[in-house]
Amino acid sequence: MDKVIIRLQNIHIEFDDETIIENLNLDIKDKEFVTLLGPSGCGKTTTLRTIAGFVTPDRGDIIFDGVRINDLPPHKRQVNTIFQKYALFPHLNVYDNIAFGLRINKTPKEEINKKIHEILDIVNLKGYHKRSVDSLSGGQQQRVAIARALVNNPRVLLLDEPLGALDLKLRKDMQIELKRIQKQMGITFVYVTHDQEEALTMSDTVVVMKNGLIQQIGKPKDIYDEPANAFVADFIGESNILSGTMIRDFLVNFDDAEFVCVDKGFGENTPVDVVVRPEDIAICDPDKGAIKAVVKIVTFKGVHYEMIAQSKNYSWKIHSTQYQPEGSQIGMNIIPEYIHIMKKEAGTAN
Amino acid sequence: MKSRVIAVPYVIWSGIFIIVPTLFVGYFAFTDSNGTFTFENISKIGKYANVFGRSIVYAAVATVLCLIFGYLLAYFMAHLKEHQKSLCLVLLMLPMWINLVLRTQALQNILMDNGVINRLLGLLNIPSLKLLDTSFSVVLGLIYNYLPFMVLPIFTSLEKLDNKVIEAAQDLGANSVNVFTKITLPLSMPGVYSGIIMVFIPCLSTFVISEKLGGGKVYLIGNVINDMFNQNYNFNVGAAISLVMMLIMIITLVVFGFLDDETKEGIL
Ligand SMILES: Nc1ncnc2c1ncn2[C@@H]1O[C@H](COP(=O)(O)OP(=O)(O)O)[C@@H](O)[C@H]1O
Ligand SMILES: [Mg+2]
Repeated sequence: MDKVIIRLQNIHIEFDDETIIENLNLDIKDKEFVTLLGPSGCGKTTTLRTIAGFVTPDRGDIIFDGVRINDLPPHKRQVNTIFQKYALFPHLNVYDNIAFGLRINKTPKEEINKKIHEILDIVNLKGYHKRSVDSLSGGQQQRVAIARALVNNPRVLLLDEPLGALDLKLRKDMQIELKRIQKQMGITFVYVTHDQEEALTMSDTVVVMKNGLIQQIGKPKDIYDEPANAFVADFIGESNILSGTMIRDFLVNFDDAEFVCVDKGFGENTPVDVVVRPEDIAICDPDKGAIKAVVKIVTFKGVHYEMIAQSKNYSWKIHSTQYQPEGSQIGMNIIPEYIHIMKKEAGTAN
Repeated sequence: MKSRVIAVPYVIWSGIFIIVPTLFVGYFAFTDSNGTFTFENISKIGKYANVFGRSIVYAAVATVLCLIFGYLLAYFMAHLKEHQKSLCLVLLMLPMWINLVLRTQALQNILMDNGVINRLLGLLNIPSLKLLDTSFSVVLGLIYNYLPFMVLPIFTSLEKLDNKVIEAAQDLGANSVNVFTKITLPLSMPGVYSGIIMVFIPCLSTFVISEKLGGGKVYLIGNVINDMFNQNYNFNVGAAISLVMMLIMIITLVVFGFLDDETKEGIL
């Protein structure tokens, strides 16, 4: 689990004189499920294509299992890709699509046959081998694409928003199925998505990207609990992001109130960004709260209520099971562990 | 249902300009000059078996060569940048806007004993070549005139080919030869079949090209029919030969049209 299988080192990519990937460094460990997460256009696909061999970086090295593979063409790399729109071979049926890679490798016929029936079983497409690919539903085509890649036993599987075209229910089912396949076959997955929930539920490691720059690399829980900056906090889950001042170690001021926190080392009277998750705000009587606010909007969200509460300086988003009618005065408290302080970034909200 | 409604004008058009003339051909083929029913015209066709054979060979050779050059050209064009593609298409279509007789005449002037090529060779002190009135000049004329009809459908099918599919093949280990034989070629077969139909059939029935570039030495079935109608005034035998030729064309259409449908079905 700890062996690094792919190392991207100081990768720099430009298209038409525009920097798309800037000094990207990433280690992917063997059998790990790594997700590249970020808004559309941030360079996720480009990073994946660099690993697959369809994009050659202008600078930097791609190391696979200790060997530099910058100059190795795609067909010689030990990775397989599941493309954004599947890219199945339209002139071949399900069986021949899946057999493609095995036939190129001159695998004996009986072995191909055996492997294809095994893989069809794994992706739940038993009995579909004679079907033409255009007669399949989106979810089934997706699974053919997965089978076509997996049957070659790649060391690494690259997946570019593989569930993007599916409806919500199917997407949830496929998430579980992909995770199961990854564990069962012990393959390294490099997964691209712009869906933060998908990234958090499936991955061992999440890589958050913005404008071709890695913002944070970490376990899903760490990224959620300790976002490295306001962008990550905003992108991963819902957040209240405010400007504040670090008065001294363990004491921060925001929204005209002072709070004890667990952060230190920012210096004294330093401007910072403060992030508070909506579910981390405790509602109390107005005179007992550190911040006073008026509830403006209440929406029932199934398990909890979502409230928008206006304080003197900020419109707070609060998730609570405790109903407060619109127009009511509330007090808000936040315990030190739930206050996330981060270095001020240029162009942050608020 | 909808396609049937759209087909109505075509059905009317083909009724007037295709069905009726064909019926006339059928009528002449099975009657003598007095209009009495007879099989005599058909039985005379045997005499022209070698001409039929020659025509088929010429058309087939021209089609195969058109296919080889046309595929290469179409493949090259499909990989150009957008504006270069349009330029190439215009260059390819431009000669088609000039009348076939005129184009063929021009080619004749180029190939003549004292034509452009031989004069150039003369300037270089190279002995002149016998180019005109040979099988070479006829095949060249056929290729020159019908190459665009091979290039266009193949180019169109190569254009439609999704680059992602090629990347998927490379991703699965296919080198450039594999990509061509397993992906590009099979996915462009509909274009190839259309091209074969569009080149083979006019090549089979040509008489202008064999007359102008073959100088009577390459006598094709088109020339036979032409002579029957314009010199011998033997409409009946001419019609009988035409009928057989139509049969050959229909067979070509059915075979390659069927193959085309097969591949299309696989793709759609
Ligand atoms: N072949 C290309 N030529 C020029 N620009 C490109 C090319 N491929 C991607 N880009 C640009 O690179 C940026 C990142 O694209 P991409 O990696 O596809 O982002 P993502 O997958 O995160 O949505 C985008 O701004 C996109 O327009
Ligand atoms: Mg993308």
